[in-house]
Amino acid sequence: MIQLSDVSRSFVVGGQTVSALRNIDLSIADGDYVSIMGPSGSGKSTLLNLIGLLDRPSSGIYKLDGGNVTALNDEQQARVRSEKIGFVFQSFHLVPRLSAAMNIELPLILAGIPVDERRRRVAQLLDNYGLTERADHRPDQLSGGQRQRVAIARATSMHPSVLLADEPTGNLDQATGREVINLLEQLTEQQVTLILVTHDPVIGGRAKRQLHMVDGQIISQIES
Amino acid sequence: MRYLDVVQFAAVSLQGSRTRTLLMILAMSIGVAAVVVLTALGEGARRYVINQFSSLGTNLVLVFPGRTETAGIGPGMLLGQIPRELSLDDAEALLRSRSVGRIAPLTVGSSQISKDAKNREVIVLGSTADLMTVRHMTLGRGRFLPPGDVHASESVCVLGAKINSELFGKESGVGAWVRLGDRRFRVIGILSRQGESMGFNTDEIVIVPVASAHMLFNTSGLFRILVEAKSRDSIEQARKDTETILFARHNGEKDVTVVTQDAVLATFDRILRALTLAVGGIAAISLAVAGILIMNVMLIAVSQRVQEIGLLKALGAPAAKIRTLFFTEAVLLSGIGSITGLVIGEAGVLVIARLYPSLPVAAPWWAVLAAVATSLGTGILFSVWPARRAAQLDPVTALAGR
Repeated sequence: MIQLSDVSRSFVVGGQTVSALRNIDLSIADGDYVSIMGPSGSGKSTLLNLIGLLDRPSSGIYKLDGGNVTALNDEQQARVRSEKIGFVFQSFHLVPRLSAAMNIELPLILAGIPVDERRRRVAQLLDNYGLTERADHRPDQLSGGQRQRVAIARATSMHPSVLLADEPTGNLDQATGREVINLLEQLTEQQVTLILVTHDPVIGGRAKRQLHMVDGQIISQIES
Repeated sequence: MRYLDVVQFAAVSLQGSRTRTLLMILAMSIGVAAVVVLTALGEGARRYVINQFSSLGTNLVLVFPGRTETAGIGPGMLLGQIPRELSLDDAEALLRSRSVGRIAPLTVGSSQISKDAKNREVIVLGSTADLMTVRHMTLGRGRFLPPGDVHASESVCVLGAKINSELFGKESGVGAWVRLGDRRFRVIGILSRQGESMGFNTDEIVIVPVASAHMLFNTSGLFRILVEAKSRDSIEQARKDTETILFARHNGEKDVTVVTQDAVLATFDRILRALTLAVGGIAAISLAVAGILIMNVMLIAVSQRVQEIGLLKALGAPAAKIRTLFFTEAVLLSGIGSITGLVIGEAGVLVIARLYPSLPVAAPWWAVLAAVATSLGTGILFSVWPARRAAQLDPVTALAGR
């Protein structure tokens, strides 16, 4: 359960204060499938970063699963990210010198999961995403679709309840993009909350709930 | 995050930029190796000097005629007087002290030695039977000077090994007669080869009874008296007794110099130890330079891996963990560097020991410890800032690669 109440975020750019988010009130239930659309600079990425605890609001309160996470310190927020939130990025953000398997293993290593358990989960994920044969390949030896599959596998390795995807198809061709969206949508069937930021109205239109943002505000909501 | 995982992650990161890692390790190891080799050389020089001294005898007190400390011109000098010389009776009188074990009076001169048509210039040492034990000499053949009355001027001599081979070839000259100056001496013994010590080659000397040397050179004074104390503890007492006895015999005139060999040795020891420290310190500067290099490399690594740091934060790594990761990388770098340096340094020491067998080179343990500690210390110290910088990055801007 994600609850934002009266959340604002402003930046100081060149001496001027720019409001990226203005008084956002939003609540997203567990297992929801939400897309956020809007022009560049409308604040959709900022909203996603706030929900992912990569950024802090300038004002307002953000509650995740009932707890006020804005009040947490750096270490506590890191733990929440580790346990509850998974990220999928437009540019994949795989560590170039690590193999596909090690990239998937990374969140598990950071969380201190024992080696045996790690091996088991990574093997399972590689299998789920059809990457078993690519396990020892480094990112530069993988295709775009494979890289994004590795990234999704990594994002789900800690069984997060919220999956945040920032333009996950932005660097992919249409066919591969559709494939990636299918994979993400399958996750929503397992009670994972999926929040998707996109430019593409076709992709955004598939979501049950569609938010449109302009100038840091949610101007319309469509629920299907 | 498990400790082993941290180390493994750091190791994989280092492998990612292989050339840079190797260069860093090289810089660190050259620093450590320099400290090890240079201090080993200094320590070798120190041990060399100490060995040379102890080959001259142990528990020694040395007596010289004259007073080196007496500065200026006294009335005696204006009247053409020289310091009273040390006599054989002075030397014998020293045996009255209970702290003195043996004495060996020494007279030195040079003379022509000849056997048939062969002749050469030699240094002639006039002394007594005790010289052999006091100076730690060893005999190759025959016997040493006969004990007994120091005033007896027997015509016998002991040859250095090289003199013997020059005069008699491969045969032993024991029993033969040689001519020294205008006197004939019978060869009664030959010293075994000992080589040089403190610039004095016992292989190229001839030893005769002190009274014979006095007749040969027409003198009565002694060049030096070697006094051997009964034990290590009685060295100081032997020195005091020697001074008391000699000053009394010289009517209270303080015209002899008495020093213990330990005092001379201690001075050399201090000088050479200071030298070793200075040389090691200079080498340690290169370690500090290597430390700054490590900092530079880690700062570059931080800026090159900004996106990765952002990702690690997004995946749930708190600032402290990021800090630990970069810190571990730097420590690994300097750790591997110092181990490599130790190996290179010790190998260098082995090579030097092979090239100069007479120099007892060995890096002192404190220098090895200090080198490793300095390299680890600088590695840790200079990685604090880069690690902090990495940890303080804002995840959103870091992910964007800005």
